[in-house]
Amino acid sequence: MSVRVEGLTVRYGSAVVLQDLDLDVSTGEILVVAGPSGCGKSTLLRAVAGLVTVAAGRIVVDGQEVRGTSRDRAMVFQDDGLLPWRTAARNVELPLALRGVPRTGRRAAARRWLDRVGLAGFERHLPRELSGGMRQRVQLARTLAQRPKVVLMDEPFAALDAQTRADMQELVVEVLREAGTTTVFVTHDVDEAVRLGDRVVVLGTGEVDVRREAILAAVMA
Amino acid sequence: MTARVERRTVNVRIGSRVRNGHVVGTRWVLRIGSLTAGLLLWQVLTATGTTAWLRFDRLPTVVEVARRLVEQAGTAEFYTDLVTSLGRIAAGFLLAAVLGTTLGIVIARSRLVGDVLQPLLEVVRPIPAIALVPIAILLFPTDEQGIVFITFVAAFFPILVSTRHAVRALPTMWEDAVRTMGGSRRHVLLKVVLPGTLPGVFGGLSVGMGVAWICVISAEMISGRYGVGYRTWQAYTIVDYPGVIVGMVTIGLLGWLTSSAVELAGRRVTRWLPREAKP
Ligand SMILES: Nc1ncnc2c1ncn2[C@@H]1O[C@H](COP(=O)(O)OP(=O)(O)OP(=O)(O)O)[C@@H](O)[C@H]1O
Ligand SMILES: [Mg+2]
Repeated sequence: MSVRVEGLTVRYGSAVVLQDLDLDVSTGEILVVAGPSGCGKSTLLRAVAGLVTVAAGRIVVDGQEVRGTSRDRAMVFQDDGLLPWRTAARNVELPLALRGVPRTGRRAAARRWLDRVGLAGFERHLPRELSGGMRQRVQLARTLAQRPKVVLMDEPFAALDAQTRADMQELVVEVLREAGTTTVFVTHDVDEAVRLGDRVVVLGTGEVDVRREAILAAVMA
Repeated sequence: MTARVERRTVNVRIGSRVRNGHVVGTRWVLRIGSLTAGLLLWQVLTATGTTAWLRFDRLPTVVEVARRLVEQAGTAEFYTDLVTSLGRIAAGFLLAAVLGTTLGIVIARSRLVGDVLQPLLEVVRPIPAIALVPIAILLFPTDEQGIVFITFVAAFFPILVSTRHAVRALPTMWEDAVRTMGGSRRHVLLKVVLPGTLPGVFGGLSVGMGVAWICVISAEMISGRYGVGYRTWQAYTIVDYPGVIVGMVTIGLLGWLTSSAVELAGRRVTRWLPREAKP
């Protein structure tokens, strides 16, 4: 699924967070979005997910204008997006439960995905019994288990140590490439941007800064 | 090729529940000690007929009350009263729990329903349930129904208000997560709103149970024909003061038991809440 952002403007009250933003992500591409804190990266992802009302412009996914959320567009939230009353496994199962996958199939999938993010043995732990980085990995497992067409990731590896982070990057690239998933990946980490992105876009305060995109592209080369 | 991540996690037990036996023991000694001291003080003050401004000479002693309690516990009437009061509490409280949480959620989630019901409820809410006794007597064919109604009204508002607040205070993050998984409105309600508001709902249920007892006892004193409240008032009118105290103690124990039941149920369903490791 391709994602096309056309003239997107998002406001919170009178504050304009994104103004007239254009962006194209082709099917199967991994686009990395970078930019200073508060520039609207999370807002952009939320808009593509269908979680915010846009003030102007539109978002077109696979030729269809986005109106509301869909299970085709999954999101790894920057802050903790796990349901605290569900165990790690039951959190991973949730997207499958919502679409009516039977319990045994759900259980097996949750176990498999938790294993792949290095959390085998933590199935029955509640989110409060896990560390921040472990919770982010549960979110990642949940998102991959959902098998969406578009994945929106908001600094998913910010809380991880270097080794685990490298492992997760490898996992994500492998799984998303194999499934041909279109990805928008937000990160502050230049190294990560280079490693993961087919393309890197830098949001200035409210706009795409093409010059900085060029600079980053130069860094990548 | 599958990338498999090795588990390098070291199992560290955080917040282990090892309790200091000495501390726990001391706390129980304190708890039982304070209860015993209270009873002892009461016995001394009443048995010696102390009259220092407060007049203890007319109150029954602990021994008299205990004797009366044993006496009453041997009568069928005592248990009829217990069961009657408990039945009224159960009916009124359960009705309030179901309606209070349902309406609380609907009002918080739907602007239309909120606009329609909120003003009505806000006008009725400040009226003490016990002040509705005349209305209840006029409105309902039997006293029994009237008493259950009063109990219901008493418990209903704390439950409604706590639920409404809990729903409004729900972080949007969880709802967002379920929606990006393709969850419908019904899914959000069942998977996020209901479990997420339980801690708040149980706060309301606890308070509701307390006021339900206050109101069932008061209503029984005014218009009942059985029940612990009715019996306590009867004892007072025939100058059976030990009987009055037995009634009060019974009410206290029943209230404490039912509140503990609510607390326990609440703690079971909200185990996921962040909790400090207790010493
Ligand atoms: N719900 C909200 N209400 C009002 N303003 C908001 C809201 N969410 C975000 N903002 C504002 O929008 C701007 C962009 O926020 P956003 O979270 O998209 O930034 P970000 O680029 O993701 O930052 P970070 O790198 O720190 O995560 C910020 O200035 C923030 O104050
Ligand atoms: Mg952000």
